[in-house]
Amino acid sequence: MSQNGGENMITYFIKHYDLLLTAFLEHLWIVFVTLLISLAFAAVLSYALLGSEKLTNVFVQIFGAIYSIPSLALFAMLIPICGLGNDTAIIVLCVYNQYLLLRNIMTGMQNVDKSYLEAGTGMGMSHWQLVTKVQVPLAMPSIVAGIRLAIISTTGIATIAATINAGGLGTILLSGLRTMNVYKIIWGTILSVIIALAADLILKWVEAKIGRKGM
Amino acid sequence: MTAVELSHVNKQFSNMSYKALDDVSVQIEEGEFITILGSSGCGKTTLIKMLNRLYEPDGGAIRLFGKDIKEQDPVQLRRGIGYVIQQIGLFPHMTVRDNIATIPKILKWDKERIDEQVDRMLSLVRLEPKEFRDRYPAQLSGGQQQRIGLARALICDPPIMLLDEPFGAIDAINREKLQTELKRIHEESRKTYLFVTHDIREAFKLGTRVIIMDKGKILQFAKPEEIVNHPADEFVKNLLGASGIDNGDVSEWW
Repeated sequence: MSQNGGENMITYFIKHYDLLLTAFLEHLWIVFVTLLISLAFAAVLSYALLGSEKLTNVFVQIFGAIYSIPSLALFAMLIPICGLGNDTAIIVLCVYNQYLLLRNIMTGMQNVDKSYLEAGTGMGMSHWQLVTKVQVPLAMPSIVAGIRLAIISTTGIATIAATINAGGLGTILLSGLRTMNVYKIIWGTILSVIIALAADLILKWVEAKIGRKGM
Repeated sequence: MTAVELSHVNKQFSNMSYKALDDVSVQIEEGEFITILGSSGCGKTTLIKMLNRLYEPDGGAIRLFGKDIKEQDPVQLRRGIGYVIQQIGLFPHMTVRDNIATIPKILKWDKERIDEQVDRMLSLVRLEPKEFRDRYPAQLSGGQQQRIGLARALICDPPIMLLDEPFGAIDAINREKLQTELKRIHEESRKTYLFVTHDIREAFKLGTRVIIMDKGKILQFAKPEEIVNHPADEFVKNLLGASGIDNGDVSEWW
């Protein structure tokens, strides 16, 4: 890159670390908020759907269809309704996540051996106690796998959200593309990979921590 | 006192050609050990699942200690009834202690009381508390798991115990042992036990009275000796003949 003189990856970072750091933190924030909202929503929806396998399939298929819409198109469709910016991005990302979360949560819950549920009901656990003390803990591996997928997917799709002024690492990538600045593109990529990998490691650690000694 | 009373109870499942329970009426006194004998599909499991309202009858009334169970909250009702099933259903993510303490924890017993009672229950089913308390179900043999299942059902000292083929999947030697222990536990507690089995030998060994069922009907309800000496009909006679108990001397048989 001749126009950058003696610049390289490291010197670029040192010179522009505030720009990169801001984008990184913005990105982290989008992923974090998206995850919280979409998890809360998926949890409520899953609880409501527990009784009916048929209805569950309907919902999973609807969210599956939405998941297959390219994110750029979905962002564009929502701009007239929600405007530009962060909120629109988070709404879209939450909708995408429903497919990954709902599918994994429900698969985990439905695969819990019926004899545990019968034993629990028979000895006098209420529906809520049965769900929280038996079904959710036994479905945990599948639920955690869903969360991991959701984080990776959100981290990736959130970069596209820069096109609607949501900020984050996408801003660095887009401006890198516009100005043909390779350092920007590489740093943007590295930082988003770091988010996905770190989340993955943390979740693996959590998974080991909640302990499946009994299994 | 009458512990369990069914009057004209009916149950029809949509996928069955005959009724699972066909106008069943029965009275069980407090402290009895009733075994319910029959082949699969005869309605024996349906009968006991009616008592803790896992199934609801289509018609008729069920009273436990004089109170109609329809008027009781199912969750509260079940907490007063011990329930043991063949698949055991120990929660794999909980230790033995936490499994046994499932309902006490929901009832918010304090920790000392729970620990004390868990240890007492483990001793009752002949497992060393220190050794077994902190294990997970996967670290136990089938027989040990069923002992824990029994301890879990007994911890709240329920006046009625329902046991649905609890020893069906356990090898013959351990089954014998468990039967003997269960008989001892019953004799010490004098609670009312209903025990479903398809093993005639088990039914006659454990039951103070035996219910023999076929196609949703009770064919005979009597003491083991009585059944052997006066089988009610051809079906019962054949059942006894097929298992070699037709010489009248029941006591010698085990």
